[in-house]
Amino acid sequence: MLSAQNLNITFNAGTPIETRALRGLSLDIPAGQFVTVIGSNGAGKSTFLNAVSGDLPIDSGTIVIDNQDVTRQPVWERAKRVARVFQDPMAGTCEDLTIEENLALAYSRGERRGFAKAVRHSMRDEFRERLSTLGLGLENRLTDRIGLLSGGQRQAVSLLMAALRPSRILLLDEHTAALDPRTAQFVLDLTARIVSESRLTTMMVTHSMRQALDVGERTVMLHQGNVVLDVSGPERRGMDVPDLLNMFERVRGEKLSDDGLLLG
Amino acid sequence: MSIYSLWGALEIGLIFGLVALGVLISFRILRFPDLTVDGSFPLGGATAATLISMGMDPFTSTLVATLAGAVAGMITGWLNVRLKIMDLLASILMMIALYSINLRIMGRPNVPLISDPTVFTVLQPEGISDYIMRPLILLVVVVACKLALDWYFSTKTGLAMRATGSNPRMARSQGVATGGQILAGMGISNALCALAGALFAQSQGGADISMGIGTIVIGLAAVIVGESIMPSRRLVIITLAVILGAILYRFFIALALNVDFIGLKAQDLNLVTAVLVTIALVIPLLKQRLRGKNGGR
Repeated sequence: MLSAQNLNITFNAGTPIETRALRGLSLDIPAGQFVTVIGSNGAGKSTFLNAVSGDLPIDSGTIVIDNQDVTRQPVWERAKRVARVFQDPMAGTCEDLTIEENLALAYSRGERRGFAKAVRHSMRDEFRERLSTLGLGLENRLTDRIGLLSGGQRQAVSLLMAALRPSRILLLDEHTAALDPRTAQFVLDLTARIVSESRLTTMMVTHSMRQALDVGERTVMLHQGNVVLDVSGPERRGMDVPDLLNMFERVRGEKLSDDGLLLG
Repeated sequence: MSIYSLWGALEIGLIFGLVALGVLISFRILRFPDLTVDGSFPLGGATAATLISMGMDPFTSTLVATLAGAVAGMITGWLNVRLKIMDLLASILMMIALYSINLRIMGRPNVPLISDPTVFTVLQPEGISDYIMRPLILLVVVVACKLALDWYFSTKTGLAMRATGSNPRMARSQGVATGGQILAGMGISNALCALAGALFAQSQGGADISMGIGTIVIGLAAVIVGESIMPSRRLVIITLAVILGAILYRFFIALALNVDFIGLKAQDLNLVTAVLVTIALVIPLLKQRLRGKNGGR
């Protein structure tokens, strides 16, 4: 399904603040798998996600989604295969447009947009039905500006929008990080429901180790722009946060000793 | 204030209603600060006047002038999208380029249309005074443009254009080719301004190289006046509001020119316009600052 091979991205190349964000990162995700991605700040999580979505151009490597090489495709072409929910609740929806207009925009994701009416009656019924599953009463507010909704509500609508059209892969970029704990849990439950209902191949970046182990079926840890840990199946089921933390420390420790050797 | 100056104000107000619609698309919908308007308005006038004086049918001339404006707007968009030149700068470059182009088109600083046929003289029926007929014709044109825009922005493509201006990153992630949308929007915006210029030249008896000076400010003023008299989020209302804004603005000018007790003189008008636009440009900033203070949850 998703196959990222040997991705390299360097920011500010050739300057004193040069940062090698991805260093030959490779990852394969089979169809239907829900992968959580963790790592410390600067590990390359968001960079990797942005590389897959096309927001960031990669210096070298290849990205294949559903047997199609998308490495050179711009974001809007990849949108046929890639759905995305951003970390910032304001980023995933258009503040000035109404709820139904936002949904209508997502309804045509990856299709040619012609001169047909953007919002049709039949669509409205579908929107209402989908919105009612959120239990937020949004089904009665189709013509409200989405800017009137709270961050959590907007994030819930973003998730609906991502699942409105079939896509090959769903990218979630710490999409609960900006929400209060209760709303975060609500959005996370919703995520799990939508992903399992639509059997979406999903990659979720998270800061929380708890979250990383609780949802999905495979956890990948990034460090210094590379995959340093990849657990799934029975091994992952038996894991708890302290185990993950230990591995995290070990990975960092080894890196440190490497550096120590070099310096010595 | 005479009845003639009232009809005259309505006539020019309607023409600037087209400019206001154009400015609405660039400044408000695409959020692209576009000064090309100061060049595309006279471009429309120059093209139409020159073609008519060469003997071309006034309707075809007006159409060609409109298309010329579309091309100018798309070049500004292209400078910004493809060459990554800052939006405001790209439009200024296009504006000064158009000054030379307009002189080239006309071959001299002005092209009078005294006895040549215009869209207004061709459509002029017997029995109605021309100073009443011209605003009526313009009313039909402006209403047609408004309805066409309302329809366009209710389609999938139109919605994609609105999303491009509102949240380009989100639009791209929904599969909208934002670069193409900016080009198209700038094309439509400047086509409207060039159409206004073409009609202005035909109603005022000719094109002049300096006819475009301050067009953008008047267009913006119209948008701002419209938004404040009829505040709404619905595009159907907003397009109506900016046209009314343009007409009101021209009435205000006519009033100031004709009424002594206000104390304003003709030479004060550009200052008043500038002050009005300044206030309007500062208001969103103030709103943002207020929102920033209260926004934290």
